[in-house]
Amino acid sequence: MGSSSHDQAARKLRWLVISAGAVISASLLAACGGASAGTSASGGTGGSGGGTITLYSGQHPQLTAAIVSAFEKQTGIHVNVRTDDGIVLADQILQEGSHSPADVYLTENSPELMLLTQRHLLETLPAAITSQTPAKDNSPTGNWVGISVRVSALAYNPSLISASQLPASILDLAQPKWKGKVAIAPTDSDFVPLVGAVIAAYGQQAALNWLRGLKANAAADADIETVVAAVNKGQDAVGVINQYYWYRLQQELGTANTHSKVYYFPDKNVGGIENISGAAVLASSSHKAAAEKFVSFLVSAKAQQILAAGDTFEYPVRPGVAPNSELTPLTQVNPAVLSVVGLGNDIPAASLLQQAGLT
Amino acid sequence: MAGVEAPTLHRLAGRPADDAVWPAPLRRFLSRRGRRVPWLLASLTVLIVAGLLSPLALVVIQAVQTGWSQLWPVLDRAFVVTLLWNTVRLALLVTAACAVIGTVAAWLTERTTLPGRRVWSVLLIVPLVVPDFVLSWAWSSVFPSVQGYFGAALVMVLHLYPLVYLPMTAAFRAADPGQEEAARSLGLSRLAVWLRISVRQARAVLLGGCLLVCLSLMAYYGAFEDLHYQTFTTAIFGELQIQFNPAGASALSLVLVVLSVLVLGGETAFRERGRLQRPGSMAQRAQQPVPLSRRTRLPALAGVALLVGLALGFPVAIVCYWMAVGVSSTLPAAVSLGAAIGSTALYSALGALASTLLALPVALLAARHPGRWSRAMERSTFITQAIPGVVIGLALVFLASRYLGFLYQSPELLVASYTMMFFPLGLVAVTASVLRASPRLEEAGRALGRAPWAVRLTVTLPLLAPGLAAAFCFVFLSAATELTATLLLVPTGVQTLATQFWTYAEQGVSFGAAAPYAAAMIVMSAVPAYLLGQFFDRRSGRGPAGASVMEAMS
Repeated sequence: MGSSSHDQAARKLRWLVISAGAVISASLLAACGGASAGTSASGGTGGSGGGTITLYSGQHPQLTAAIVSAFEKQTGIHVNVRTDDGIVLADQILQEGSHSPADVYLTENSPELMLLTQRHLLETLPAAITSQTPAKDNSPTGNWVGISVRVSALAYNPSLISASQLPASILDLAQPKWKGKVAIAPTDSDFVPLVGAVIAAYGQQAALNWLRGLKANAAADADIETVVAAVNKGQDAVGVINQYYWYRLQQELGTANTHSKVYYFPDKNVGGIENISGAAVLASSSHKAAAEKFVSFLVSAKAQQILAAGDTFEYPVRPGVAPNSELTPLTQVNPAVLSVVGLGNDIPAASLLQQAGLT
Repeated sequence: MAGVEAPTLHRLAGRPADDAVWPAPLRRFLSRRGRRVPWLLASLTVLIVAGLLSPLALVVIQAVQTGWSQLWPVLDRAFVVTLLWNTVRLALLVTAACAVIGTVAAWLTERTTLPGRRVWSVLLIVPLVVPDFVLSWAWSSVFPSVQGYFGAALVMVLHLYPLVYLPMTAAFRAADPGQEEAARSLGLSRLAVWLRISVRQARAVLLGGCLLVCLSLMAYYGAFEDLHYQTFTTAIFGELQIQFNPAGASALSLVLVVLSVLVLGGETAFRERGRLQRPGSMAQRAQQPVPLSRRTRLPALAGVALLVGLALGFPVAIVCYWMAVGVSSTLPAAVSLGAAIGSTALYSALGALASTLLALPVALLAARHPGRWSRAMERSTFITQAIPGVVIGLALVFLASRYLGFLYQSPELLVASYTMMFFPLGLVAVTASVLRASPRLEEAGRALGRAPWAVRLTVTLPLLAPGLAAAFCFVFLSAATELTATLLLVPTGVQTLATQFWTYAEQGVSFGAAAPYAAAMIVMSAVPAYLLGQFFDRRSGRGPAGASVMEAMS
């Protein structure tokens, strides 16, 4: 009996060892596919000898992929794309310092570009690139160029609130009557610039009071995707968003399932600021010529048309390129006039958010 | 003959070299009761532990360099008290719930006549491989009310209870039925026997499982973000995402380090106070399964089914549902599903292999040369378990991009990061089998005239094999679903299943497109999960692994 259980244990052991070996070899086999995919993606050959650049992109992956593939076709320059949250990529560049392998940085909001500019990590772009787009959408020092614009707005659920009750100013949302009706995403990188705008327009103290009011009134969601979905489901009457989140939700759910609408603040209220997505060449880049070609391509008519035709619902910055026809024209939206300098680098806004207890 | 052999063996094992290598005070420090620690093993362990803790050291250095004046505002605010309270109360509830659920489930599948207990015992393990962010995403997309404290607790319990369940099945299997029979014969009720003998015997294992639950819990991010529950880890992400403040993130990470040291210390104190006499491992008899009466069978079955349903069935059903109805096919994938599976398998397997190999010397030292020093070395590696992947990742970004440029964004560095993060999980399994592999067997091998290397190959290795396989699986599972460090360190242009899932599920609202990647993660991890179950929950009598888990954790 003892020996039979011992045999059994030995069989079991052998089986375990064999299966562990099988797992290892299967993984290593499967790995060959992955590794070769990896090398082909990161390999330096890149087709017709145009070289290779590395792009750190916080933009929507599908839009980035479409633009990159058009660029590769046109120039023969291969682009390695690294995708992550735009701000985490900025953190990564800060950690890498002058050793960054990135050549181009593309992100959804200007504050991270302003911060990297202040740390002298971005190259000055040639005027031939920056002159392609309106000066107000570019770095004031010529270190980055705007490629697209989104406008902050409110999503609202008409079954919970009528259009006539909507606030004229974003500051109104801090009033007691909005208690329990608002959703915000205080940690979303698209919300923080709005706080910067309120600071720029009304000053530190007013902004802090506003945030404290929001703390009392609002449901704090993890991201704006959640906010816009919550309003659509009727969990909250209004939500602070960027207009394109609503359009993307509508596209995902279809018009039949969209029970919310988008509302733009009137009279250039600071609630409706332009968030500028921009791109820059890194000062540490060792492929500056190719990197500049890519940034130049981003503001070219071709890339701007890809951007307008895609489903990210951002406004192209290049004059003469019409945005997606579903979007309200920017002239009618009439966003607040606030420079990228006014928006700053998010840091004062973030510490105010901390003071108000929202983050 | 043997008398002639012995000195030769010692010389071959390199022991006499000790005196020359270590200075006397260090030697005294290293040894206990005059038993010398082999210098090779000791120095290997020191090197490994130093390597594993290096990102942690970097976090501390970065925080200290920044200076108190900048760190203090991050730490000195009401919000930090909220974070502390949120983290502690979640850790308490989840650890307690996992302890109860894991113990009861292990008892039911191990010691009773629960119908279909073999099937259940496998299914109960698999939830560990459902990534936390998939689980929370499944729950929150169907039930928006699953959020906050109880939502986070629910998701974490469903994700982490296998960390208690797994070792407890082994402990129950290894338990000596004699004590229970004696207690019964002295008139104790069945419940009293269960609580005072069965569970009490396994107390050290239970504590070890709770330790893993408690430490792992602190490092999670994705689920808490989804469920709107703020912990130190979500705040660390806040520092990084809206503050551009890696130093602030380091400051908050320091609090996590302190918390995990407290947890480790608490566990040690608890364990030492409650130390029980271990039954001799040679004289154990087979246990008689406790028959479930007709009245108890149904609730027991329903309970186990409910647990498996909530932790595994529900997320799998949601993933399938989104695969069937999702409309997000407009988005092109950056890489094919096959390529993502390939890179995930490669990096996770290499990370698992490295962790397993490195765990061996640390486990050998801790098990064969027990002492305060070797134990401290071993336990210190557990701290990394509580540090969020993004912090480890950014520390490695800093280190590698500046000083090890050739390694930066290479597969090797990603593999190293997996090793650093998941080493403790592998260590638990390896230590278990090292304790079980009696040195007497090796001595017998040598006495029979085999060379030391041959003994290691033909005696030690087969004895350790199941433990090594289990360690491999444990680390593989965790690495395959790791997200935040992977995003930072993966070679540019490569996508793993987790990063591709994130691209769809987090960046947009594209559940349909994200679902196949989640499904692939679960399917790919199911095989190692099954193997892991085999290790901890052996069906064919008392295997070498089962009982020793108890010793490993005590």
